[in-house]
Amino acid sequence: MTLRPQPRFPEPDTEPFWEATKERNLVYQTCDNPDCTDKVIFYPRAHCNSCGGLKTTWNTSKGEGVVYTYSVVMQSRHPAFKDLGPYAVAYVDLDEGFRMMTNVINVDNPISDIQIGMRVKLVWQEQGEGEIALPMFEPA
Amino acid sequence: MAQTREAAIVGIHEYPLRVAPGVSALQIKAASASKALEDAGLSWQDVDAVFDTGSHQNIGGLGISEYLGMNPRLIDNTSVGGTSYEFQAHHASTMIASGKANVALLTYGSTAHSDRRAIGTAGATGQGSPTPFNNMEDPWGMTLISGYGMVKARHMHQYGTTNEQFAEISVATRYHAMRNPEAVKAMTALEFVGVNEITTQDVLDSRMIAWPLHLLECCMVSDGGGAVVIASKEVAKNCKKSPVWIIGGAEATKYRENGGDITVSAGAQSGPRAFEDAGVSPNEIDVLMAYDSFSITVMCMIEDLGFCKKGEGGDYVSQGILKFDQKGGPALNTDGGGLSSNHPGERGIFLLLEATRQMRGESTSQVDGAKLAVAVGNGGQLGARHATSPTILAAD
Repeated sequence: MTLRPQPRFPEPDTEPFWEATKERNLVYQTCDNPDCTDKVIFYPRAHCNSCGGLKTTWNTSKGEGVVYTYSVVMQSRHPAFKDLGPYAVAYVDLDEGFRMMTNVINVDNPISDIQIGMRVKLVWQEQGEGEIALPMFEPA
Repeated sequence: MAQTREAAIVGIHEYPLRVAPGVSALQIKAASASKALEDAGLSWQDVDAVFDTGSHQNIGGLGISEYLGMNPRLIDNTSVGGTSYEFQAHHASTMIASGKANVALLTYGSTAHSDRRAIGTAGATGQGSPTPFNNMEDPWGMTLISGYGMVKARHMHQYGTTNEQFAEISVATRYHAMRNPEAVKAMTALEFVGVNEITTQDVLDSRMIAWPLHLLECCMVSDGGGAVVIASKEVAKNCKKSPVWIIGGAEATKYRENGGDITVSAGAQSGPRAFEDAGVSPNEIDVLMAYDSFSITVMCMIEDLGFCKKGEGGDYVSQGILKFDQKGGPALNTDGGGLSSNHPGERGIFLLLEATRQMRGESTSQVDGAKLAVAVGNGGQLGARHATSPTILAAD
């Protein structure tokens, strides 16, 4: 089976995120600048994309949130996805205030069993021996 | 702001073939440049500003200048996806107005179809140096089309917009395509299932590519290209055809944002700025060339540029006003658009070409007495990082 595209390294901004997934932790950053008005940083960066501050703190998410929007891929020519059948790509808004791209899985019919605004919780999908596990979501 | 008329589109060419095997992107650019300069009545060595997106065989402004055989005093390599040419038109007209250049050349060439590039459905390639966004997006299998599908789904959820309403965009565009012999040839060459006018039901019955986007809401992948020559008012006076004035332009970007509204494009920032620049308002516009990568892209452009209020685009497009022979609002994508005429990857140049034809009275779906047109491009990915730039054109 062809593997999904894997995160590739060296890529120093996102490496700490992927390191944390080895412990099954979903992590995000907040800005340490007390004057920063928009402290949640995601996707990961070594700087704050709101104020330009260079000091950030890594936090672990509880892995709970809502589906902001989703689409169901019916046709993918990528070898890792083309035989999956319809699958949902989604933006999930985590309760801590960050929005991430992910998949919503463990539903029978992704078109009708997922709704925008529904509560979802984190689930890890193994990708095969030695490969990273991917953070995904399922109905809460 | 008072309207100024310092720079004009004086020459255009649209490369006719949508399937062009054995021809390179560079050859399409050179052939289009030659014909566009001929259209303007200008010579090869009149060009003193060369614009390039750098996406054609990895040659940018320096390489293309050498290849063409030009010695520009100004080069611009702006590359922001499909709307690169509206950004470049804005830069060219600004530089010409400031006296830094007199004749600017914008060219496009692509062999996306012949290269069999699955632009919308391939997903990530895993090639090249990794970036933060590669690493945070690629593993989940988002195809380009599903990225736009997420915007459409949210629009339907947030505003109650229906599939039937989105389909009106495809129906009007095909109506125009059937009047454009080049678009008919394109659909034939690309083996469209039906080369005919379509109904909203046809759109809803077409297969789902990435829910909620149907096949007939998605642009084609063709070969093609073209060229635009922009000149100062002094040069324009002596050109073969009437100048088409660039009276307004603006640029903006938008990204996936924590807590942001994905249904609002960067056009909500650049649209009002462009209209202010031009000193005109949306209700004066006769022709709207809006980047139709997908139906949802057009819906967002219509709303964000202010042709109707945000969220009311569904009702707006359902009034029967999009076709060139209907009153009540600007005609939409009168060449047949990316949905039904051509889309080789970066369609922005074709928006300028057809808007210019309308201002000259040369369109195959000519709007009677058309005086003002908007060409609004959207580049990148609407649901993620993207750029939106309107160019506002006026007939002489």
